[in-house]
Amino acid sequence: MNYIQFFEMRPEVCLLGIYLIIFMYDLIATGSSRRVFHPLVCILTAALVVLTLGDRSHFTLFGGMYESNAIIVFMKSLLSFGALLVIMQSHKWISNSDSYHKQGEFYVLLLSTLVGMFFMISARHFLLLFIGIELASLPLACLVAFDKYRHNSAEAGVKYILSSMFASAIMLYGISFLYGTTGTLYFEDMAARMTGLPIQIFALVMFFAGMGFKISLVPFHFWTADSYQGAPTSVTAYLSVISKGAAVFTLFTVLTRVFAPMTEHWNLIICLTVVASITAANLMAIKQQDLKRFMAFSSISQAGYLMLAVIGGKATGMTSLVYYLIVYMVANMAVFAIIESVEWQIGAPAKRANFNGFYKSNPKLTFIMTLALFSLAGIPPFAGFFSKFFVFMNAFSAGAWIVVFIALLNTVISLYYYLLIVKAMYMKESAQPLERIKSDPYTRISLTICTVGIVLLGVCSFIYSGIDSIAFGL
Amino acid sequence: MEYTILILILPLLSFLLLGLAGKIMPHKVAGTIGTLTLVAVTALSYYAAIEYFAAGRDASGVFAETMPYNFHWLPLGDTLCIDMGILISPISAMMLIVISTVSLMVHIYSLGYMEGERGFQRYYAFLSLFTFSMLGLVVATNIFQMYVFWELVGVSSYLLIGFYYTKPAAIAASKKAFIVTRFADLFFLIGILIYGYYTGTYSFTPQTDVLATAGAVLPTALLLMFIGGAGKSAMFPLHIWLPDAMEGPTPVSALIHAATMVVAGVYLVARMFPLFIGYAPEVLHIIAYVGAFTALYAAIVACVQTDIKRVLAFSTISQIAFMMVALGVCTSADPHEGGLGYMASMFHLFTHAMFKGLLFLGAGSIIHAVHSNEKSHMGGLRKYMPVTHITFLIACLAIAGIPPFSGFFSKDEILVACYNFSTPMGVFMSIVAAMTAFYMFRLYYLIFWGKSHYEEQLALYERGACDHEPHKPHESPARMTIPLIILAAITCVAGFIPFGEFISSNGRAYTIHIDKGVATASIILAAAGIALATIMYMKGESRITAKINQVLRTPIKAAYHRFYMDEVWMFITKKIIFKGISAPIAWFDRHIVDGSLDLLAKTAQKAGALIRPMQSGNVQTYSIWFLAGVLLISAILFFL
Repeated sequence: MNYIQFFEMRPEVCLLGIYLIIFMYDLIATGSSRRVFHPLVCILTAALVVLTLGDRSHFTLFGGMYESNAIIVFMKSLLSFGALLVIMQSHKWISNSDSYHKQGEFYVLLLSTLVGMFFMISARHFLLLFIGIELASLPLACLVAFDKYRHNSAEAGVKYILSSMFASAIMLYGISFLYGTTGTLYFEDMAARMTGLPIQIFALVMFFAGMGFKISLVPFHFWTADSYQGAPTSVTAYLSVISKGAAVFTLFTVLTRVFAPMTEHWNLIICLTVVASITAANLMAIKQQDLKRFMAFSSISQAGYLMLAVIGGKATGMTSLVYYLIVYMVANMAVFAIIESVEWQIGAPAKRANFNGFYKSNPKLTFIMTLALFSLAGIPPFAGFFSKFFVFMNAFSAGAWIVVFIALLNTVISLYYYLLIVKAMYMKESAQPLERIKSDPYTRISLTICTVGIVLLGVCSFIYSGIDSIAFGL
Repeated sequence: MEYTILILILPLLSFLLLGLAGKIMPHKVAGTIGTLTLVAVTALSYYAAIEYFAAGRDASGVFAETMPYNFHWLPLGDTLCIDMGILISPISAMMLIVISTVSLMVHIYSLGYMEGERGFQRYYAFLSLFTFSMLGLVVATNIFQMYVFWELVGVSSYLLIGFYYTKPAAIAASKKAFIVTRFADLFFLIGILIYGYYTGTYSFTPQTDVLATAGAVLPTALLLMFIGGAGKSAMFPLHIWLPDAMEGPTPVSALIHAATMVVAGVYLVARMFPLFIGYAPEVLHIIAYVGAFTALYAAIVACVQTDIKRVLAFSTISQIAFMMVALGVCTSADPHEGGLGYMASMFHLFTHAMFKGLLFLGAGSIIHAVHSNEKSHMGGLRKYMPVTHITFLIACLAIAGIPPFSGFFSKDEILVACYNFSTPMGVFMSIVAAMTAFYMFRLYYLIFWGKSHYEEQLALYERGACDHEPHKPHESPARMTIPLIILAAITCVAGFIPFGEFISSNGRAYTIHIDKGVATASIILAAAGIALATIMYMKGESRITAKINQVLRTPIKAAYHRFYMDEVWMFITKKIIFKGISAPIAWFDRHIVDGSLDLLAKTAQKAGALIRPMQSGNVQTYSIWFLAGVLLISAILFFL
């Protein structure tokens, strides 16, 4: 075996290097040098975003188990960027007295899930894929339970890990069916030997369910609301964007690579779950008072829209998927950053009522929140509209026009509940309005990045064209 | 005509400047910046229109469309491409004039009307944003760009209607307007998707060979687009947002609900007219019937409203329906052969924008003077507000269709087009026109004639029956009356514009000639409507009025409540969607999914289980659902 191959996996190697540096620093650094820990992690993660971008060539390693190409590299960089935003926004939380002593653990756990995701999206072999998925899931359970003495965090962690194990078991069961009928775990070989036996269709459903758990599609979403609500807000943000994004990308890859002969079947599965996800989540979101629970349902419906990009499994779908992810990332991260700020201000989980009269005390944050919610609701000219338009177009060209219609109908409902928050912020009076929130510099930078993203991503067409030009590498 | 880009850039810059730095500006500076920007925009728009029409017709006898800008903004796939640019054509040049004129008037007027309001700078910022979006909509080079600006118009009108954000009714109204139009827009978006997918372009004028293959789906796409237009243009049953939107500041109503946003739907149909007439004439006729019904419906409701702005709102719905009908009754692209309606519709759009803007601004002036929207607080105002009175009267005469005011000419063309289509349609629309005259003069008499509310109150005060001296109505300041006078002047002369020379359905010159029979009939009908209003309302509500009200009390009550359309929608949204679907699901989520754990925990405790009742039961339920999902999907795959 040629061990030099390991070094060709540049993003993973960089990430592991950074991971080790942070791990060592956490052990060695004491006293005042710990104060620079957070900035150090931010800088290292930012470096990771840039370093991963370098190599765009297409190659495979380990006998075809691992693949890299331009869109995969871009996706890895995007995930690192999302992780960077999460880390930046976590500053206030991670440096408070409760979690200060386990600061290092947070970074290390977060980055190890990132390693898992990197392998997930590069995997071309079910074994590697499964290891990647587990590596991305298990540390997340620790992260969800991170604030174990507060806000039902421990409970959320237990729920997450139990549901996650159950989903993994089902998925593994499905994979074993595939192995049994085809005799291989390599994606390519398996696709060639796929005959469309009923048991393979069953395996497809089980695999889909396993991934559907991570993406939190209805009916595999039940853990979502509780875990999102209980987890520390930074972790919720991470779950709702980065973890979800990696899972959708992986699902897209596997469906097009392995299950290509069953396209009709998985198109139908997607259509069913998308309609269920968007509709159910939207209807539930209307009644939610707790903002994190509300965002959990919002994220389920956004996952539904994201899945529209997978229908058909074409290159345009891949482009619209990655584009949607970027746009969704900036908008959702902005919302979570603001929720987190408000939570710190009031010292309790944020309710919708806490945002009453928010405009008066915090006009800037209100403005950003409004932009982000408008983007999530898909109103032009914000980026969210274009991303939605592209996924709709993809689904439409794949012939799923009924699904597109239902999804569009749901955008009106979602507009309603996003506007509930806008209305609370601008128009409702509050007996005890929040005081002016002083954000820490990290949050401020991250919010600035998000705001610029929300406004410019829609206007700058070259971003979409850029992704489009590399999406064929799939 | 490269300078046309400035027409879009200037209001955008003004919005950014006022939006970002408005807080530190004094009110006067902000107002001046906003108004001066509009002066420049108006000048440029007029210049562009004059230059465009002065350039003359090309060899085929039409004004050629020009695109000073059109860049490929985003290529999608091989052929499909989203463009952004500026298109100057006869109708967009006309719209530039309409929008900039009315918007300028509103900017000047608001200097007086909104004086001293909190958030004055914000108000001007929003006005600039709205003007920008509306101008962007009319100069759009393709349907996609139009949609983007279309939504932007929705957003900015949401902000403007909800400007009085401390007033709950205004908030509710702004949200309703936004959501109802958004609901309609989703059909528009589907229409665009279908259109783009099958024709391979978003352009308004696709290649004919493409259309040959896409012809079959074109009617569907166009019908869906029309639903979007019906939402913005308040066609029945999507009109419910417009009357409520009157909660916004009155100049905003003049801008949005008279001249610009509400005609966007008409403009959309006019823009796509060649496709409608060539490939989907049956959809055009659907538009005609929807329009005719809306015109009648809104006219009936307008007859009994007591809030003066609501009367104007319903009259707007009715008049816009006239424009839609005019487009809908077209049967060919030749104005001499059944295509007259196109020109008539655009002509009416133009004249209506001016006189309805005038009516709204006049209403604002009255509301400013008496501090109320209710007709019962008015009456006898002609002595106190002479300028408002005369200009309002001119506008009423125009909308009633009395020559020589502009409304007569445009409405006459519409009626001729309707008679050309079919006699029943012509008769129907003539009756609605007569009703227009009636309800407008009812409004006019109730405001300016009859017993003066002020004098009654004053008498009460002098007798000591009322403890505070009533506020004496007064004429508005010059900043408010000058726009009224300008618009009134336009209303007097606009009818004599040889409109057909500039705009017609096939682009060639068309000379307007008044059809004597139709004109005489419509004048008689309008005069009858006015006469009836005079008898009933000139001296306050006379005995005859009371009697009529008594006899017709049930239909009047129904009409007053707008035939309970709002209640129908409320029933659909609140009762069925929220209560019927959402609430049970939320309940299910809370009590069954969440609560199953409590149940299990209780059972467990009772059974003496040692496990702490931490939500473990819950996860089991989750797993069961998960598994059920897997099995259900598999079952569907196998048995479908």
